Amino acid sequence: MSKTYYDPADLRKFSKITEWSEELGNKFFEYYGKVFEDGALTAREKSLIALAVAHTEQCPYCIDAYTKDGLQRGVTKNEMMEAIHVGAAIKSGATLVHGVQMMNKVNKLDG
Amino acid sequence: MTKVKTQSLQKKGSDLAQSNRQLEILSNGIFQNGELPTFKAKISETSQFPLKAKKLEILQINVGYMCNQVCEHCHVDAGPDRKEIMTRDTMRQCLEVIKNSGAHTLDLTGGAPEMNPDFRWFVEEAAKVGIKDFIVRSNLTIIRANKKYYDLPEFFKKHNVHVVSSMPHWTRGKTDKQRGDGVFDKSIKALQELNAVGYGMPDSNSRLDLVYNPSGAFLPGDQMSMEKDFKKALMEDFGIQFHNLFAITNLPIARFLDYLIASENYEDYMYQLVDAYNPAAVKNVMCTNTLSISWDGYLFDCDFNQMLELPVNSKAKHISEFNEELLEGRNIVISQHCYGCTAGAGSSCQGVVA
Repeated sequence: MSKTYYDPADLRKFSKITEWSEELGNKFFEYYGKVFEDGALTAREKSLIALAVAHTEQCPYCIDAYTKDGLQRGVTKNEMMEAIHVGAAIKSGATLVHGVQMMNKVNKLDG
Repeated sequence: MTKVKTQSLQKKGSDLAQSNRQLEILSNGIFQNGELPTFKAKISETSQFPLKAKKLEILQINVGYMCNQVCEHCHVDAGPDRKEIMTRDTMRQCLEVIKNSGAHTLDLTGGAPEMNPDFRWFVEEAAKVGIKDFIVRSNLTIIRANKKYYDLPEFFKKHNVHVVSSMPHWTRGKTDKQRGDGVFDKSIKALQELNAVGYGMPDSNSRLDLVYNPSGAFLPGDQMSMEKDFKKALMEDFGIQFHNLFAITNLPIARFLDYLIASENYEDYMYQLVDAYNPAAVKNVMCTNTLSISWDGYLFDCDFNQMLELPVNSKAKHISEFNEELLEGRNIVISQHCYGCTAGAGSSCQGVVA
């Protein structure tokens, strides 16, 4: 048994999830593949969104996967970092916007 | 961060300068313990073993391993310190073959082919044969390397040469990381000079294609999307035009293999190649219609096999023994590096194949 929760080699085994639930697994991968095709957004734009979300979700597998995917699409380091800042800004903004709730509560209880 | 190399593996006396050492690495480890299937086992799954040569269409001649650049990924291990150069006598033998073979494409490569002292003579003579597509693989910077090369764009045009040039990215940072400091700026200048004489212009017969190969341990993206991005960026930033982009996969040999091992990416890269294996690409893999000729006149299934010193499986092993009938139908010599040509949409010197 592995002594760490995450093993980089496990990413390669992702497709094996279908072995324990074939129908749902296949439906998931079909959906997943479809999502990342060129559409109203280009596959390149989707890859950068995925990279940002990978960071906000703090998923090491996704970070590895979409960093490599970006490189394959010719995405530059600057573009990747800017995308991550978008994720970080939303994360911090989501924390701070709750400050209004705190202010509302203080004003109600002690205003 | 990988350091830009300034010497060939051969000059450094590296273990990996030996082709048998490279072949050993490609056959051992994950391919020996069964973790990954060998290329032979993989193509056997779809009854495509043995791979057989079809009718000869492309003659690719390597006129020497000398180069003004020492690119990080170079499968030739080329550089200024390499002295292997094709002689005029061997070129004469090649010309005989060009005249008599049914090949429609002649493809000159190196090293920097322009550095061969008989390069211009050879181009002039070969152009007289009137072959349909006459390619010179130019690294671009050679055009700006020395005054004696400044007129190459006009020279190429005069002899109706199809120029194919490497350009790993439309940004300076990524290009210079792979090909050396200052390469990007010189390449841009060279492309502008090629454009100035008509190369790469939309309706021009002077063909200018670019070759993209990844700057690290990952596979190339979709060729058409990359071409769109390259065209947009090079036009917007520098007013440069070109015809097509060929996306080429880096094969795990020579300096790229050295890089993969040193950066601990070798196994992951081989997994990527095997995972992306596409049986449809096997049908059109370039070794089935190409013959590669080395600087000393020996015959190989491709430029990669030439570097691995894997000669053709035929009685005719040298240009002096060239026999098209004998070579057609020969069994292609394979190893695990061949996965590089069958990944995704496939890869060849002319880009994707599937």
